[in-house]
Amino acid sequence: MSAEAAPLTAAPSAAVAAILGRHRLRAVEALPWLCAGLGFFALPDYLALGSQILIMTLFAMSLDLVLGYAGIVTLGHAAFFGTGAYVAGILALHGWSEPISALAIAGAAAGLLGVATGLIVLRARGLALLMLTLVVAEMLQEAANKLGWLTGGTDGLQGITIAPLLGRFDFDLFGRTAYLYSLAVLLLAWWLVRRIVHSPFGHSLTGLRESAIRMRAIGAPVFRRRLRAYAVSAALAGIAGALLTQTTQFVGLQVLSFELSGTVLVMLVLGGIGRLYGAFIGAPLYMIAQDQLAKQDPVNWLFWIGLLLVLIVFFARGGILGLVDRILMAMGRRCA
Amino acid sequence: MRGIETRRARRNSLAVCGLAMLVLSQPAAAAAVKVGLILTYSGPNASLGEEIDNGVKLYVKEHEKELPPSVTLDIVRRDDTGPSPDVAKRLAQELITREKVQFLAGVVWTPNATAIAPLTKEAKIPFVIMNAAGANITRLSPYVVRTSFTLWQSSYPLGQWAAKQGLKKAYTAVTDYAPGHDGEAAFIKGFTEAGGTILGSLRMPIKDPDFAPFLQRVKDAKPDLLYVFVPGGKQATALMKAFGELGLAAAGIKLVGPQDITTDEELPNMGDAPLGVVTAGSYAVVAKRPQNAAFLAAWRRDYGTKSIPSFMSVDGWDGMAAIFAAIKAENGRIDPDKTMAILKGWKNPDSPRGPIEIDPATGDIIQNIYIRRVEKVGDQLGNFEFDMIPQVKDPWKVLNPQ
Amino acid sequence: MVPATDTAMDAALSAAISIAFHGVAYGMVLYLISVGLSVTMGLMGFVNLAHGVFAMAGGYAAVTLMARAGLPFFPALALSVVIVAALGMMIERTLYRRLYDAGELDQVLFTIGLVFMAVAAAKFIWGPQPQPAPVPEYLRGQLVMGGRAFPAYRSFLILSGAVVVAGLWLGLGRTRFGAQIRATVDNRRMAQSIGINTSLLFTCSFALGSGLAALGGALGADILAIDPTYAQEHLVFFLIVVAVGGLGSIIGPLAAALLLGVTASACSYLAPQFGAFFIYAATLAILLWRPHGLFGRKGAGP
Repeated sequence: MSAEAAPLTAAPSAAVAAILGRHRLRAVEALPWLCAGLGFFALPDYLALGSQILIMTLFAMSLDLVLGYAGIVTLGHAAFFGTGAYVAGILALHGWSEPISALAIAGAAAGLLGVATGLIVLRARGLALLMLTLVVAEMLQEAANKLGWLTGGTDGLQGITIAPLLGRFDFDLFGRTAYLYSLAVLLLAWWLVRRIVHSPFGHSLTGLRESAIRMRAIGAPVFRRRLRAYAVSAALAGIAGALLTQTTQFVGLQVLSFELSGTVLVMLVLGGIGRLYGAFIGAPLYMIAQDQLAKQDPVNWLFWIGLLLVLIVFFARGGILGLVDRILMAMGRRCA
Repeated sequence: MRGIETRRARRNSLAVCGLAMLVLSQPAAAAAVKVGLILTYSGPNASLGEEIDNGVKLYVKEHEKELPPSVTLDIVRRDDTGPSPDVAKRLAQELITREKVQFLAGVVWTPNATAIAPLTKEAKIPFVIMNAAGANITRLSPYVVRTSFTLWQSSYPLGQWAAKQGLKKAYTAVTDYAPGHDGEAAFIKGFTEAGGTILGSLRMPIKDPDFAPFLQRVKDAKPDLLYVFVPGGKQATALMKAFGELGLAAAGIKLVGPQDITTDEELPNMGDAPLGVVTAGSYAVVAKRPQNAAFLAAWRRDYGTKSIPSFMSVDGWDGMAAIFAAIKAENGRIDPDKTMAILKGWKNPDSPRGPIEIDPATGDIIQNIYIRRVEKVGDQLGNFEFDMIPQVKDPWKVLNPQ
Repeated sequence: MVPATDTAMDAALSAAISIAFHGVAYGMVLYLISVGLSVTMGLMGFVNLAHGVFAMAGGYAAVTLMARAGLPFFPALALSVVIVAALGMMIERTLYRRLYDAGELDQVLFTIGLVFMAVAAAKFIWGPQPQPAPVPEYLRGQLVMGGRAFPAYRSFLILSGAVVVAGLWLGLGRTRFGAQIRATVDNRRMAQSIGINTSLLFTCSFALGSGLAALGGALGADILAIDPTYAQEHLVFFLIVVAVGGLGSIIGPLAAALLLGVTASACSYLAPQFGAFFIYAATLAILLWRPHGLFGRKGAGP
């Protein structure tokens, strides 16, 4: 099915109507935002965790774009998150403390890096692709470690101060500003990603994931489409990283680590990949569970996460949203 | 106060979203003093957190009965997972805003402490550092005191001492992060001031599996002595083994360093390689002081005769002693500024490591620095003290006045 | 001025010898651990991020057998290899097998899950501390060769590595099993259709790979210390050896491991400020130049 061809048909058929209908906002899509808004009022002591959840959600959503939609399996997405984080941190330390413009610059820098590395790594497939994404991230981490004069090395960038948001709202100890700021950025990013995945470009990405050979056969520029998705995703990941810097006023080497690339992958898979909302389920669930369980018993926490991953692979491909789908389908069948 | 509590309760009852149901909010008990303890309990360096925590637990167990009867102590533990300042900072923030702790304590890693310190200034929370050794942390906030040590405190006198022994040519090799840089600078300053020369300095990555090539390079340069700093634990053991295997001692190169490179609890894992290594530090298990004998007796009773405390356990023990002193003096009603007045200038003649006090001017610890040599008595290695520099203030702060 | 030049020459020579010696010792450990990964990934096209778990298990088994059960060095080594090979065979039969035809994402997730579980289990059983390397007293100390002293244990490591290389070379090059493996790496369907029992072959080579990893983990514990995070910490280097060497080859990983070992050792000796950066940059360059690795067979791999 070529999504691009659809708008060309003169009279919209039933199939086209169905596709167009998919773009329309449904009531259920307001749920995450409702929860996030309620969280602000109901749990004023948890806003620091809350903003980190929002940031990881954004990061996981950016991963979904390459992994879930374009089918590029990457083990190094932290490269872009970390780049954004460091750019924002370095800007702030050198006097550019206005947050919103810094966020844009950080996103642009990460996006550019996405284009540059995408030109290289996206030519590979399979193991080589995995390795290249991994090696790019490791290289950046190593470089950040060595460029101590710029990045603070192992000690990280300390003493970052961010100017009040919009010139009015200070980043306070309780994290109120940080939370609302992260929420606003996430909302914008979600709107953008939603537009992308429902656009002809987004559908062609799905086509690429399913079969690059067929897409090539129908004349789609495979490499360029992949590269575009990679760059957009990198920019969003960079914005997430910059948000982390601005809300925590700190950057350390772990923003470029393999562990972070792995963790965000786990979050996304937990929620369900290729569904836009996987990130909104997986990231909060993972981080709340970690917050509540890991501090009691960090060792067993890792064990259960490991077991959960294995179980998902064997029994629940598609993550939690996949399970929900299956349950709804089963219920629908019974009703019908 | 009550108004806020009810308002919060009402808000809580409003929370219908699934996110809210997972999270429990607990009201604080009225007479409890809450101490937030941030340590590393997981990952490759989990043992460091456990050692400090064992010192903390032991102090509380031995001395809890001395607290005023109306006061209960509540220690809230958090795992910062390793040298990750963002996690540490978030945990500190949560301990302050969520748990409403009145003290922050612990912290293994200098970058983590550096990230937390500014928060304590903003929130006015006394912060008792039990390990992190970077010299300038205590300057980041007026609410910081330290019961451990700085690298300058041990390595500057060590450099002077080494040069006085007639050792003229030194090489330094340190882990490439803030405490390593401190140790390197302190040793070089002490050593060159006393007439020594430095042949070369190496900085080793914090994540490095293999020390042999670094040490080989030192061996090929043929210095009289090698100053090393690596974080205690796994890395120190690996380093010591490589030192033994490459035969640096046989080539006439003396190994010196701060106490981190021959921590008492790691010595049994090091084989005979550390024999003769000279270190400067604040605490050794084999030290003959009555307070230490009492500490060790309590330790072995609680953790078994085979368990060996490290200097970090004593840092935790003493940190708790400082917190107890403040709680007792204020009768459990903690006021941040009064607490700091008590902590700064606090003296403890009965520490297992000898007399200590907190410098009222800097918030940093003043303590004896012992020069020790690793020797074998029976079939066990120990850090035996043979020289002492009394009541050392952090030399970095003396050399870099504010 | 002649003595001065001599000293400079001497220094350069001894530096070169030091770098080569430590690099080769390190490379041999990496090779022992990674060669099994190369063969199994080449054979089954399985992205296995959990291979380090078997090396770690080998290290823990050897340490435990020596320290707690009091076995001498060589029997402990042999027994740990057998134990881990059996363990590998079991996991292959029950879990890995089901994912041979799954996508690489599923394989990645499954093996990351295994790594997490292994990290937690190791910490639960053995505690967070690194284990003392199981090195017998008679292999400690120095070995004098040609007027230079070399650490005895590392010399032994290099020797062991060489023996394994020779064994694999002969074993896979000259035996029926080896021919079947090579055939299956080149073309799995063709191999199946000419009557090779690929299922049995997979299990056997997985057991062999796990056993070799265990050997590498136990022997190399002196260089790569055995602790709970082992499988996670060194994963990137094992993968680099496999990807750079090329899948399904015996010599490829050897070349890659030695290259990596010597580069790492040269970096720490000559330019410690650059650390692992060179290694990653070189990996990137090699993979761009030859996506299938230095000695990779085109048909192999996922």
